[in-house]
Amino acid sequence: MPVFEAVRMALRTIAAQKLKSFFSLIGVLIGVTFLIAVVSIVQGMNVYMEDQFANRLIGLNTFTLRRQPGINTGNVTEETWRAWQRRPRISYDDADYVAERLHTPALIARYCADRMTLNYNGKVAKDIDLQGTEPSYFEIKNIGIASGRIFTPQEVRVGAPVLVLGSEIGEKLFEGLDPLGKEVTIRGLPYRVIGVAERRGTLFGISLDKFAVMPFRAPARRHICPLNILDELQIKAPNPDLMLTAMAETEALMRTRRGLKPSEENNFDLQNASGALEGWKKISTVLFTALPGLVAISLVVGGIVIMNIMLMAVAERTREIGIRKALGAKRRDILAQFIIESATLSTVGAALGIGTGIGLAFLVRALTPLPAAVAPWSIGLAVALGVLVGMVAGVYPASRASKLDPITALRAE
Amino acid sequence: MSDRVIHVEELAREYLMGAERVQALRGLTLTIRRNEYVAIMGPSGSGKSTFMNLMGCLDTPSGGSYWLNGQEVSRLTDDALARVRNKEIGFVFQTFNLLPRATALHNVELPLVYAGTSARERRQRAEEALTRVGLENRMHHRPNELSGGQRQRVAIARALVNRPSLLLADEPTGNLDSTTSEEIMRVFAELHRQGQTIVVVTHEPSIAAHAERVVVLRDGRLDSDTRNTQVAA
Ligand SMILES: Nc1ncnc2c1ncn2[C@@H]1O[C@H](COP(=O)(O)OP(=O)(O)OP(=O)(O)O)[C@@H](O)[C@H]1O
Ligand SMILES: [Mg+2]
Repeated sequence: MPVFEAVRMALRTIAAQKLKSFFSLIGVLIGVTFLIAVVSIVQGMNVYMEDQFANRLIGLNTFTLRRQPGINTGNVTEETWRAWQRRPRISYDDADYVAERLHTPALIARYCADRMTLNYNGKVAKDIDLQGTEPSYFEIKNIGIASGRIFTPQEVRVGAPVLVLGSEIGEKLFEGLDPLGKEVTIRGLPYRVIGVAERRGTLFGISLDKFAVMPFRAPARRHICPLNILDELQIKAPNPDLMLTAMAETEALMRTRRGLKPSEENNFDLQNASGALEGWKKISTVLFTALPGLVAISLVVGGIVIMNIMLMAVAERTREIGIRKALGAKRRDILAQFIIESATLSTVGAALGIGTGIGLAFLVRALTPLPAAVAPWSIGLAVALGVLVGMVAGVYPASRASKLDPITALRAE
Repeated sequence: MSDRVIHVEELAREYLMGAERVQALRGLTLTIRRNEYVAIMGPSGSGKSTFMNLMGCLDTPSGGSYWLNGQEVSRLTDDALARVRNKEIGFVFQTFNLLPRATALHNVELPLVYAGTSARERRQRAEEALTRVGLENRMHHRPNELSGGQRQRVAIARALVNRPSLLLADEPTGNLDSTTSEEIMRVFAELHRQGQTIVVVTHEPSIAAHAERVVVLRDGRLDSDTRNTQVAA
């Protein structure tokens, strides 16, 4: 019996009993939906975490030197936390030491930040991320300027009271007026607005435009960091390889500076985007490990259901089998017919599952910021699994059919 | 080559019903030659269908021998029997035994599918066979869209499509009214005239009257074997 003939027959059977077929295929359908949707969502999450989360928060090819990790996606124990608190902080001198000795070409920005309130003419902007840093920071974080300018190295050196505002604050404090040249106060200290940043949008629904940047030596520094202390040193290399070189170099420099023995651990932290993603990587690994199990369970259940459907089909069509045998069908013809039929059934289930899976992925893409994208390999795998499950499920019913005695089968009602 | 299509010697078939043995055929010896038209008669339970199934290679004897076209087929394997059924035998059943979901054309193509014939040739030969039984306008009908007589003609077309050496019919008119029965018997007569070897099992003398030879079984044995002097038209 030609394969095509058997496939067509199976499709005709399915079409004739749509509802029954649907229920019998639901196991395979769910398994495959799961496979397609989870793979696409986890991969979308990966892309999102890398592009959006890590690269926007830390910066591309950038690492930070800090007392303790700035971004923690895993769980941190109380004990670790306390050990971190006992470490020495990063001082201006530490920063100078590294900046002067680093051989790898890199952009360096000293950085310190805290939540502050900005006032203008009786209006208040609370919870603004006030960042004290230097001009290279704008390049490291890829922050564009919509109007005005950024501050100069000269202004950093003298600690000029100037501000570059995030786009949201400009709208909030000045209500349509041009913020440039306006004077705002931070804890009573007057600051002149010299620039407004381009819109940066949101991350996990949190605005990235509620910030104000000033030279790290500007007067308000004493409200965001202790004297001569920095939160972090941001270092950006031209490419990922040089970033790793610069990281290793910085680590060595800091260990020397702090006089650490080879047996002692670092008492500072170096973190880059991929380091920040470690917690997420663990989650996604767990998902990818659990996925085969969940898919396998659904497929086994689906396979058992299909096997039962096929056993019923063999019982219902005993007469047909008898006719076919009388007309010259050999055992292997009947075997092939029912295995192909079972595989076709299951593959139709897989195809429906692929459809639902893709649908789910699109839904996630439309409703969330995750760029969920269907992985072509998951579709290939789904089809292969569909065919395989059907074939395996069909073996027993098909072998029963093929062994029927033609006369008995012909007498069946 | 001999012109014996069928030759059976001491053919026996026993069934086991629990502990009880049922002897459906108890040593039958018979020869049927090419282009003979034989009717098999006998009371109910005399072993007619049992003999048919053995002749059609649907079943194997528990004793004796069976030569089909000079080949001993009584002890062939399942698959070898399937090949013989496909190439040498055309079946016509009382209950038609058509595939309900398939068109007349597809039903007739079926033996060719198992013979491994190409799709093109399959279709052409199936159309020829249906034309031969006068159903050229019903090729794409399903069995439930056809009358009983038409269904039986589809079955005859299917039986003939592989050009078998033997056409076997078990009560082919058992489910048909007398007018339709006559129609089917005319088809058989025409096939016989064209050289087909035919064996028909029947209860009805009017059907047996079409054959040129009547074999009567009783209790699994040959009761009589006579030539019809006057063959009905
Ligand atoms: N599968 C079977 N198992 C047991 N006994 C059987 C089987 N098939 C037939 N028999 C017995 O064998 C004998 C012959 O049966 P067979 O069907 O050949 O009769 P028949 O001549 O065709 O009768 P009818 O005219 O009623 O069709 C009967 O006694 C029947 O009960
Ligand atoms: Mg009978």
